[in-house]
Amino acid sequence: MLTFTIRRLLLAIPTLLFISLVIFLLLEASPGDPLGDVPLTVPPEVKERMREALGLGQAWYIRYVLWLKQFFWVEPLHWFDSVFGTQFSAGMQRIISFQSRSPVFDIIAQRVPQTLTVVGFSYLVGILIALPIGILSAYKQYSWFDQLGTFVSMIGFSMPTFFTGVVLIIIFGVKLQWFPSVYDTTLQVRDWDSFWAQVRQMAMPVTVLALYNAAQISRFMRASMLDNLGQDYVRTARAKGLSERTVVLKHVLRNSLIPVITVIALGLPAVFGGAIITEQVFKVNGLGQLLITAIHGNDIPMVLTLTFIFAILIVLFTLIADILYGVLDPRIRYD
Amino acid sequence: MKKALVPALALMMATPALAERGSDGDLRVLYWQAASVLNPYLSTGAKDVDPASMILEPLALVADDGSLIPVLAAEIPTIENGGIAEDFASVTWRLKPGLTWSDGTPVTAADVAFTAQYCMAPDFGCAVLAEFDGIETVEAVDDLTVRIRYAAPKYPPLQAFVGGRTPILQKAQFESCLGSAGASCTDQNFGPIGTGPFRVTSFEPGNVATYEANPHYRDPAKPAFARVTIKGGGDAMAAARAVLETGEFDFAWNLQLAPDVVAPMEAAGKGKLVGSFGSMVERIELNQTDPSPALGAERSTLAHPHPFLTDPAVRRALSMAIDRPILAELAYGPAGKPTCTIVPVPETFNSGRDECLTQDIAGARALLDQAGWLPGADGIREKDGVRLHLVFQTTVNPVRQDVQSLVKQWWSEIGVETDLKTIDGTVFFGGDAGNPDSRARFLADAQMFTDAFYLPDPASFLDEFVCNRVPDQGNQWQGNNSVRFCDPAFDAMMAQLNQTGLPRDRQRIAKDMTDMLTADGHVVLPLIHRGMISAHANSLAGVTPNGWEGSLWNIADWSRAE
Amino acid sequence: MTDPDRQHALDTAETVDATAAQAGAVPGLPPDEPHHAGETRSQWRDIWRQFRSHRGAMVALVLFVATILFVVVGPYLWTIDPTYVDIRARNSGFSAAHPLGTDQLGRDMLARLMAGGRVSIAVGLTAMIIAITLGSLIGVVSGYFRRLDAPLMRLTELFLALPLLPLLLLMVTLFREPLSQNFGPAMGTFILIVSAIGATSWMQAARIVRGDVLGLKEREFILAARSIGTPAHRMILRHVLPNVLSPIMVAATLGIATAIITESALSFLGLGFPPDFPTWGRLLYDAVDQMVMYPWRVILPGLFISLTVLCVNYIGDGLRDAMDPRIRGR
Repeated sequence: MLTFTIRRLLLAIPTLLFISLVIFLLLEASPGDPLGDVPLTVPPEVKERMREALGLGQAWYIRYVLWLKQFFWVEPLHWFDSVFGTQFSAGMQRIISFQSRSPVFDIIAQRVPQTLTVVGFSYLVGILIALPIGILSAYKQYSWFDQLGTFVSMIGFSMPTFFTGVVLIIIFGVKLQWFPSVYDTTLQVRDWDSFWAQVRQMAMPVTVLALYNAAQISRFMRASMLDNLGQDYVRTARAKGLSERTVVLKHVLRNSLIPVITVIALGLPAVFGGAIITEQVFKVNGLGQLLITAIHGNDIPMVLTLTFIFAILIVLFTLIADILYGVLDPRIRYD
Repeated sequence: MKKALVPALALMMATPALAERGSDGDLRVLYWQAASVLNPYLSTGAKDVDPASMILEPLALVADDGSLIPVLAAEIPTIENGGIAEDFASVTWRLKPGLTWSDGTPVTAADVAFTAQYCMAPDFGCAVLAEFDGIETVEAVDDLTVRIRYAAPKYPPLQAFVGGRTPILQKAQFESCLGSAGASCTDQNFGPIGTGPFRVTSFEPGNVATYEANPHYRDPAKPAFARVTIKGGGDAMAAARAVLETGEFDFAWNLQLAPDVVAPMEAAGKGKLVGSFGSMVERIELNQTDPSPALGAERSTLAHPHPFLTDPAVRRALSMAIDRPILAELAYGPAGKPTCTIVPVPETFNSGRDECLTQDIAGARALLDQAGWLPGADGIREKDGVRLHLVFQTTVNPVRQDVQSLVKQWWSEIGVETDLKTIDGTVFFGGDAGNPDSRARFLADAQMFTDAFYLPDPASFLDEFVCNRVPDQGNQWQGNNSVRFCDPAFDAMMAQLNQTGLPRDRQRIAKDMTDMLTADGHVVLPLIHRGMISAHANSLAGVTPNGWEGSLWNIADWSRAE
Repeated sequence: MTDPDRQHALDTAETVDATAAQAGAVPGLPPDEPHHAGETRSQWRDIWRQFRSHRGAMVALVLFVATILFVVVGPYLWTIDPTYVDIRARNSGFSAAHPLGTDQLGRDMLARLMAGGRVSIAVGLTAMIIAITLGSLIGVVSGYFRRLDAPLMRLTELFLALPLLPLLLLMVTLFREPLSQNFGPAMGTFILIVSAIGATSWMQAARIVRGDVLGLKEREFILAARSIGTPAHRMILRHVLPNVLSPIMVAATLGIATAIITESALSFLGLGFPPDFPTWGRLLYDAVDQMVMYPWRVILPGLFISLTVLCVNYIGDGLRDAMDPRIRGR
């Protein structure tokens, strides 16, 4: 397993480089314009100078190599400097966003906390709801619990968050006034009052996202459990006289987790990517909102850096999922 | 007696408690598009300029009626007071004495001169460079006097440092940001030192900015608010809800929403809507060149005139078929007024033509019949094998899509067939030469969008329609004359306008030029004079609309009214 | 039955199934039990009998057929043009002239729901089939053939990492004109949308299927089948695919919902159908702002989307149960 992991990690480097090149070329080729927002009265000559000031005058491969250098050399050095107080990165240009003209990583760092608290927490809640529901509704297939679960999760999944979010705001924000409709990122949890405020402002976005995630994961959990409950080994285990609890939770569950692990592992990088629509509905302004405004503004350094970090996480979590397959099912071998 | 007394008392209570800076506590403002930088020289978007206008101030602001209000200047330069030279080749501004920056240091003419140098530096890429067009030197004559010299007579002469888009920066702070170094001056761009009523305490680009009252502000009684938060994110609907329904915020900006949606929200009684009308006009451009795919790279070039939109009768009929008052009422509500001109303000430049305001379907049909465009078998008019079939494109925007549907319906009633197309806004307004869907490339027959100008003189705006601004392969499809209007007479009038100083003559020429494009030529069909709608809580006093400046232009005067 | 005969019968059954799978139907494959294999006809009857006994699935099937009829036949009975603007009748409630009311421009909601349903169901089903076929294919192949695993999974990672919005915008720029010239504007847009959604949503299915196949490959019956020299393509079609059917089914049902919603999202990029052309997703989105005043405009398209997704889900459940020989015997 160790050699497998090491080999995969080494292989990840060329993969990631290739992915970064494809993303870069995609952004280059796509028809947006970082100066699209500039008023029409601005003459083309002025626009041309603004474009050059953004570094867009150079050939694409120069800009790509420059970005690689900034991402893999300047930014780590800068981080090292700020931790140890050294001066290695002095005078080196960091990755600068077109829109705000400030280092891309500083802005990302500002957005990570609210993304992790809202999106990450809701993902956790979603998994915690989904697994028991999936297990129970498979074990009691076609019971009223299963039927209700199916119904609710299907409605939950087919209703987009731009709809459910607004419904919640109208009911709990406007009519009942229980929760705020605008998420305050400047709120710092210091005492019980601010903690309570934080809970209140997280309630609605977390509910919306958790329901959406739970709907999806519980469906996969249920289907996979159903598959395994009919297997011969379950009959054998029962015949051996194992308690029903052991059979279901130890044997069946373990074997059913493989597709669920995939879904969960694929979803985790998406946590970092944020939830674009939910963040917009509740004004959370996390990484999802950062990415979407950067894409709309054609802020190439920002989009490239964000999606590349995203790609790293995807590669990483796919690897983790693969390792988990081996742990869950010892028959799976990669060597 | 008592009855009369209560309102009077209420009125007295409502007037802001006189004096004392910061006595009204917190002000919460919602901009659903968040600011990404607080330096207007880097970004001209209202989302960036407005939050910066609380900190940075220009020499003069434009008032709602188009006149100028001195801000840092002691008075507005005129020919009479000697501020504007007789030959229109130089302008002398005098600063108010005793002004200080928010760090307590004095404001001097050197700061003004530096700001011009900062924007005009070759490698900087200043977003408002056009406002400094023609400037030869800006020199500090003494501590309070600054002289702007133009290379040639300049009409109108008051341009740079007028309006919130060209404020004065502090030389001491920005000195190290000249030229290409300007790109990485994050601290300066996120926290400029200014003369305005507030100063930044924290700024997260794209998310939230917080301010506190500037202790060195020149009026000791202002601002009334001690702290301001400008939160970004969400959409216009959510912003309206947060002010009008939940009351979480005091002020929300740019709420272009369907009138039947906001009216009941306003009726809830927590806040009200305010509209300010600048120079924005929603217009349809009728392509004067042929966009037919058969022409390959020569599509939409002056070499191939449009098969039917070059016929004045067709253009006029298309304009007559549109019911502008209905458009305004259904799609825009308080945010729009029907208009027949693309230069509605300042009033003195408005040519006052209004015959397009009444829809005339029968008249349009008759006009087309007369011009020989007769209905074919399917009801679509044709002449010599040319069918009146249009592709009508615009950006993705619910209001625009409603207008598109309505216009398509009206045009179908006069026998013109329309295919609708929508394009993502950043793509439509993008300047990439290889982009087939951009406004400038214009591979369609009609397109709808809004354009604006920021100083109360439309010369720079009308300059968009001269021949050499027509986008073509030679200029990489750059150029603002997307409608491809090219008339030597118009160009001659433009040249004349650029040499005319007398306001009355300028107004006359500009009106004639506008009419050539709209009321007489029907090359550009003005639809709606658009306003900027904002909502504010009833408890907020002092919000005054101003179409030329940002929504927060007089935030120093805002206060909490009970 | 002699051995060659049986082999021939097996091959026929496979061809039938393979064609059926290509035609877009859910691949129904013969079970592993030898005494059933080869008797294709009675087996399909078995499946149908089992399916009929699944009450939820039958109700769903009836509702689904009704929905299809509503959107396909409906426009011939209710002939109002869904794009016709009638300002005087705008925002009207339920009435004889407009049974489901009108929208903010006076367009008939019933006609718009029918026209919108056509597009949404067609886009949802086609995009889902493309995504699931692509996903299962890549998943099975990379799970089964060790040598192809690494390159295919890296490809999956690449697609997962690509930012969707610029990709879609690029697709429009490159393909909108040529497609609409070759297939006409409506069909061209349809192809563009369906392939855009299909090409960007197969990755999850591929990953899940691969994970399952990896585990399956080591199971006794596969080893047994391999030891008697079963060729790879038959191993996959007969032994592997039927056993990964349930996650595929789930991915398919979820995929329809996603595709319908994604279609509406695409129209906000200017990528979708012409703006006056209704689809369920767009009807829902457009009405969200007016939800408080005109709740029906949100509820109706929302109801139709949920109904379609629920139906497909139950039909999928019924099919899977019907095709599982272990359950069928019960």
